[in-house]
Amino acid sequence: MSAMSVMSVVATLLQVVAVLVGAPLVVGGMRQVRARLEGRAGGGVGQPWRDLRKQLRKQQITPLGTTVVFALAPAVVAGTTLLIAAILPLISLGSPLDPAADLFGVVGLLFLGTVALTLAGLDTGTAFGGMGSSREITIAALVEPTILLAVFALSVPGQSANLAAIVAAAADNPGQLVSPGSLLAFVALAIVIIAETGRLPVDNPSTHLELTMIHEAMVLEYAGPRLALVEWASAMRLTVLLGLMANLFLPWGIAGADPSPLGILIGFVVISLKILVLAGALAAGEVFIAKLRYFRVPELLAGSFLLALLAVTASYFFATPTN
Amino acid sequence: MTTALHEFPTVPTPGQTLRAARRARVHAVLSGGLTAALGTVGVALGLSVIFGGPRELRVGWLLPLVGVQLNLDALGGLFVAVTGAVSAAVGIYTVGYARREHLARFPLTVLPLFVAAMMLVPAAGSVTTFLLTWELMAAASLVLVLSEHHRAEVRSAGVFYAVMTQLGFAAILLALVLLSAAGGGDSFDTISASSGDIPSGTRTAIFLLTLLGFGSKAGLLPLHAWLPRAHPEAPSPVSALMSAAMVNMGIYGIIRFDLDILGQGHPSPHWWGLTLMIFGAVSAVFGVLQASVATDLKRLLAYSTTENMGLITLALGAAALLSSYGAMAVAALAMTAALLLILSHAAFKTLAFLAAGSVLAATGLRDLDKLGGLARRMPGTTVMFGIAALGASGLPLGAGFVGEWLLLQSLIHSPHDDTTLLMLVMPLSVGAVALTTGLGIAAMVKAFGVGFLARPRSAAAEAAREAPASMLTGMGLAAAACTVSAVAPVLFGPLLERVLTALPTLGGEAAGPMLGAYLRLPGVTGSIAPGLIAVALVVAVLLALALARWGGRHRPAAVQAPLWACGADSLSPRMQYTATSFAEPLQRVFDNVLRPETDVEVTHYAESQYLVEKVTYRTLQADPVEQRLYTPVVRAVTAWAQYVRRAHPGSVHLYLAYGAIGLLVVLVVAR
Repeated sequence: MSAMSVMSVVATLLQVVAVLVGAPLVVGGMRQVRARLEGRAGGGVGQPWRDLRKQLRKQQITPLGTTVVFALAPAVVAGTTLLIAAILPLISLGSPLDPAADLFGVVGLLFLGTVALTLAGLDTGTAFGGMGSSREITIAALVEPTILLAVFALSVPGQSANLAAIVAAAADNPGQLVSPGSLLAFVALAIVIIAETGRLPVDNPSTHLELTMIHEAMVLEYAGPRLALVEWASAMRLTVLLGLMANLFLPWGIAGADPSPLGILIGFVVISLKILVLAGALAAGEVFIAKLRYFRVPELLAGSFLLALLAVTASYFFATPTN
Repeated sequence: MTTALHEFPTVPTPGQTLRAARRARVHAVLSGGLTAALGTVGVALGLSVIFGGPRELRVGWLLPLVGVQLNLDALGGLFVAVTGAVSAAVGIYTVGYARREHLARFPLTVLPLFVAAMMLVPAAGSVTTFLLTWELMAAASLVLVLSEHHRAEVRSAGVFYAVMTQLGFAAILLALVLLSAAGGGDSFDTISASSGDIPSGTRTAIFLLTLLGFGSKAGLLPLHAWLPRAHPEAPSPVSALMSAAMVNMGIYGIIRFDLDILGQGHPSPHWWGLTLMIFGAVSAVFGVLQASVATDLKRLLAYSTTENMGLITLALGAAALLSSYGAMAVAALAMTAALLLILSHAAFKTLAFLAAGSVLAATGLRDLDKLGGLARRMPGTTVMFGIAALGASGLPLGAGFVGEWLLLQSLIHSPHDDTTLLMLVMPLSVGAVALTTGLGIAAMVKAFGVGFLARPRSAAAEAAREAPASMLTGMGLAAAACTVSAVAPVLFGPLLERVLTALPTLGGEAAGPMLGAYLRLPGVTGSIAPGLIAVALVVAVLLALALARWGGRHRPAAVQAPLWACGADSLSPRMQYTATSFAEPLQRVFDNVLRPETDVEVTHYAESQYLVEKVTYRTLQADPVEQRLYTPVVRAVTAWAQYVRRAHPGSVHLYLAYGAIGLLVVLVVAR
């Protein structure tokens, strides 16, 4: 292994560790933004970390009648998210896992995590678990077409669905980022990320009313360390997807395929800033909108599907010849 | 008359019972063993043909005038090998299944015959032989569907299947007669050599007729209606054979006649590929929608077959369309996707039907609304169905993932410089494939989560016990095939390459995708490594588990506790979500397409209209295509038959006159 690839391994490891440590802080920051805008003091940026520490020290409780699916699902969600964090070009372009999974693979891993949690919700055999799972899988099924079409639109300029190639093509040719195709894909992807991470207006992450819950209803039976893992994983999913979004549409500052230590440092600082800005904007936006009625969500997703379809067609018709 | 026999049941002596049991065991072992042996021979033969070159066999005396002509080439070899692999797993499974479910002697005798007929279809080298083997396969499968003919639903499904398969056969017969007349011969080689001379009108007629005939066998819309009827009613090993092997023959027919034989003369026109893509996409989306709202486990799997055959046809159509535009490299990609999807679908659908069969044998239930809690009672079968469901949902680590990935790659990498048609078709196809995958995930989560997890919803599910070793072994074989196509499709690489090379019209000369540890696409940047993803995912999950142990020394010992019952005494299994309730949001979202019949009846107390005494909710999800399209046709045919009946007054003299007139007409016409 050459020195260069050692550095890209270092960058990938740093990505994973940064997502692990930083994700609860991102969620804490978003809650803080929301609290301030609503005129509350808020629990502070570190509150999710304090919650995690508390949950991790609690007793492990297994609901009677559940199987290994319930026990393993949090680890599968967390595991898929960690793997995605290792694949994505967040700090540098040269992840050793980049050729192993392109954007289709990443979307597949994301859905694998969703499926694990929905199965866990069904495994409990309660009405709420089933209700949450049913709603979550319905949204996931309708999100998939948009995600894959947005991937398609993004892969047209770089002629590849591999992430490093997409980001590199965007960095080389910044003009196409403001092309209609790219902008439409941005909006479509933003909507599906909101739906997939369970944010407003699709799902309310801080709801305490079971009848309106989606994600929370599904994980209602989790407690203690397993709940900690579920919440940690959901924070990591949000962070990773925001990071992906940031680098797909604002690719500047990312370190190259064989980064220098300074490049890694710059990449780290820049991606952290991008994620924080996006997260802050998302939190601020959420203050002003209410949760959509569940059966209105498909309309939103159908809209985003159309946007993604237009994005592909637009990027075909307005494509700048690359060769 | 028959009831008289049942009025005096003879009580068998213990010796008779014992002898009957022993005889049943011998039958099961013989039939299952023969099926498995035939399957193994098929795999060996298929592989030897793919890697060793074509084989030929001519039996002149078997069929008068033309003789039986068997020619096995690489394409046929692939289908023989797939059929053989499915049969090997099904054969071993049947040994246990036949004893547990008391399969009668007759279906057990026909089972190996059906397998043999299916393996002869791709080996046929002439039009007559093909038609003979095709009809043999259809007849054998019909007998097997009717195994439990004492039930009315089975008889109705049998009639449906018989009519549709014979109408399909009529279309194929007509198409092949046209082909053979225009191509100047009976053997495929002769026809291929002169297929360039076939006039375009005849080519179009042949394409449309074969699409009709083979499409109905493959279960494509709107000719899919026999699938969700026949597959649930047939014994499960037969369902597995039909759904994983027999429907492939429809795909084989389309490849052989439309893309291979007719394609060798002229490149196929654009609209052929486009038509295939449209039929494929519509079948895929409709099939998966029906699967996602189905509550009968085997019906769900049957609709999933329509979905997968749709995806395969979409891939075939993409290959044909792309090669008609001269984009051979991408066409080769789409063709590889189609072949890989055939392999993976055969693996996971065999496994799924066999696992559904062991659930049926253990509980007598196919209704997901009454199942549940099988994970604790039948752990082996649950794991098997889990592997199959993961494969069917097209997620990473599942058998179907790599095939769908290749299909998506071929769609997004199609040339788009100056062909408006491709610019519009490809994004829509990606949308269709993506919607199919998304809904497929929902269908499979429902099948596995509601059917196998949670708590049992009926006494029968509560009393389930694990399947015997032979059934688990049969399923284990299929599960191994699923695992290979999920994490090591590299093993299929050389095989698919050989088959692709034998199909020059579909980009066989262009380099196909390289199926190494990393799947790489020639000419474009794109790669994936399913095996590496699997290993990395295991490492990541272990890491997550290690993280969850952090702070563990402060924790009290782990305990089990009852579920949270919202403050009530306890939760009854009836409070769980069922398959119907799980799919209700999807049913509502796709209300316009699915057209479910729902009926809500609210009964109030007599004292006050504000208090509800009970609510009755009834929902019936029929097949809208069947209702809209088939019912009028059946009604018209019935009316016509009533009309024709007037000519049958029962007078022998009149019938003799009919015969004489008919003979005279034939003589005059044939003169």
